[in-house]
Amino acid sequence: MSNAAPSTTPEVFTEIERSDDFRRLKKKHRSFVLPVAVLFLVWYFAYVLLADYAHDFMATPVFGNINVGLLLGLGQFVTTFAITTWYVMYANRNLDPLAEKIRDQYELPDDDSASAVPAGTAATGTAGSGTVAAEPADGAHADVASRTGRRSQS
Amino acid sequence: MTIGEPWLNITIFGAFVAVTLVIVLRASRNNKTAADYYAAGRSFTGPQNGTAIAGDYLSAASFLGICGAIAVNGYDGFLYSIGFLVAWLVALLLVAELLRNTGKFTMADVLSFRLKERPVRMAAATATLAVCFFYLLAQMAGAGGLVSLLLGINDSLGQSIVIAVVGALMILYVLIGGMKGTTWVQIIKAALLITGAGVMTIWVLALHGFNLSELLGAAAANSDAAVLAPGVQYGLTGTSRLDFISLALALVLGTAGLPHVLMRFYTVPTAKEARRSVVWAIWAIGIFYLFTLVLGYGAGALIGKETILAAPGGVNSAAPLLAFELGGSILLGIISAVAFATILAVVAGLTITAATSFAHDVYANVIKKGKVEPNGEVRVARITVVVIGIFAIVGGIGVQGQNVAFLVALAFAIAASANLPTILYSLFWKRFSTQGALWSMYGGLGSALLLIVLSPVMSGAETSIIKGVDFSVFPLANPGIVSIPLGFFLGWLGSVVSSRKENVAKAEEMDVRSLTGIGAEKATKH
Repeated sequence: MSNAAPSTTPEVFTEIERSDDFRRLKKKHRSFVLPVAVLFLVWYFAYVLLADYAHDFMATPVFGNINVGLLLGLGQFVTTFAITTWYVMYANRNLDPLAEKIRDQYELPDDDSASAVPAGTAATGTAGSGTVAAEPADGAHADVASRTGRRSQS
Repeated sequence: MTIGEPWLNITIFGAFVAVTLVIVLRASRNNKTAADYYAAGRSFTGPQNGTAIAGDYLSAASFLGICGAIAVNGYDGFLYSIGFLVAWLVALLLVAELLRNTGKFTMADVLSFRLKERPVRMAAATATLAVCFFYLLAQMAGAGGLVSLLLGINDSLGQSIVIAVVGALMILYVLIGGMKGTTWVQIIKAALLITGAGVMTIWVLALHGFNLSELLGAAAANSDAAVLAPGVQYGLTGTSRLDFISLALALVLGTAGLPHVLMRFYTVPTAKEARRSVVWAIWAIGIFYLFTLVLGYGAGALIGKETILAAPGGVNSAAPLLAFELGGSILLGIISAVAFATILAVVAGLTITAATSFAHDVYANVIKKGKVEPNGEVRVARITVVVIGIFAIVGGIGVQGQNVAFLVALAFAIAASANLPTILYSLFWKRFSTQGALWSMYGGLGSALLLIVLSPVMSGAETSIIKGVDFSVFPLANPGIVSIPLGFFLGWLGSVVSSRKENVAKAEEMDVRSLTGIGAEKATKH
């Protein structure tokens, strides 16, 4: 079965799941993406409803031949670009450092042999989750062993 | 009536094919493993992948279709493009990075991560293949339309031959190049398309003193004063207004559920690069849609609604006619070649997605239960590519002359009703269960298909596919307004009434992996 984790790993994931760092990361991620997603969807549907049912309002000229509808439509472009930039800044500052900290703590330092792991086919589907060793300290041996095993299959 | 010089159009397209083939051959030398073939060794950078996403997403329908819709229906065409763009925020905020961290090759990898694997994988593969099928058919039908417009070939035998040539080229690219080759074709095509549209945009603006208001005034004067405000296309009746809401819902929620878009996130080495991909894609796609606003009104101003509608290809001819008006045969030739390249690139992306889903999900994991010899899976994928390619050619020839514009909207509606609910529930809701996933995916897919069959698209209207009978009990052409909420509702209901205990450890693992990237698939090195 693909995605099946080796029997040693679940406890580690449970441990990470309960750690303060991970809880903080999860909270910071959700408290940003969920409200912002609701916000832009509400704004988009408000715009769609106006364009669909308030033709006269949308046709109101603002200057020259530019009307309210065109400005609101271009406003959708502006907010899309702005939210994109905002999220990237937020993620770079608040999410990436925390995720990296947790990775450094629990995942083995990445090296070239690890990079060869995903070359396997579905038959070797344990690739990936296997890189997480049971214990950061002595996990190295088990992990090297599992990598070698996997590489011979692929 | 033919405009320009068909031989010139063919020559420029031939040059595009020659250049991309060389690049595909060079890029595919390292195609050894499944990760190489399906995910290009996860070695593309964010900007490269973002450009490829734009190349995958900006189909002939968005280029020719939206330009034409703005030229003829004005503001309502613009409204269409906004949905296509805003949809990317769903992908950016809720899907791209989490998917990259937990999956391997397909959408089904993520959906079946913590649920009962085989039934969920089978359902996800079914939805993937359905979306690819409808999208592919729409693209091939579009190819037939382009042939008569741009190459001056009007008899059905000639059109069939051109469709077969385009299909055969696509098979060649995907067979040899895999995901790497497909990606390069999409990058080159996106660069050509955006540059071409950009040059024409500046040209049109220059003719109107770089004054948008003046351009709009000219379009209103030459076509119809109503084009500056919404309502020309969708505002006629209460039903058409409701139909537009249904379409808007499908567009904004469908994009992040399109399997060929999702698969592109696996071609980069990390979640951070997946994020950068989406950022690049949003800018490229957004700027392109701003260009189409100018080009559409430019076609309205310089050519006029009546001339466009009278040309072969109708609405779709607005952009080519504008290119001919501005730059004569040469610019028309370039734009025509870009239009063909667009179809080629989008069809290639869909084909590799469908083939990967069949080989990786259905063959390797459901039929063979994960026990395949190392190269077996990729071999099946390659055979599937040929089968899908032949099917696309036959389908494209078969639907010639049919009104298939609804197919793209249907593909988005299925993606939004069958795929997105399960993707979001899997990533954000711990109590989500196997039963919820199956109800949501089959319910969303089935209801979308059923409503299309019962809609005026199939029967009961002048433009219906089946004439003479009327079984259209559902008044809307787009099923999204019913099938999308239904997909979300069934996912919730199936989960809360489920008696099966899901694997808590797997859910925790998915939670941790999706956010931290621990254990995520790494790039291959050659």
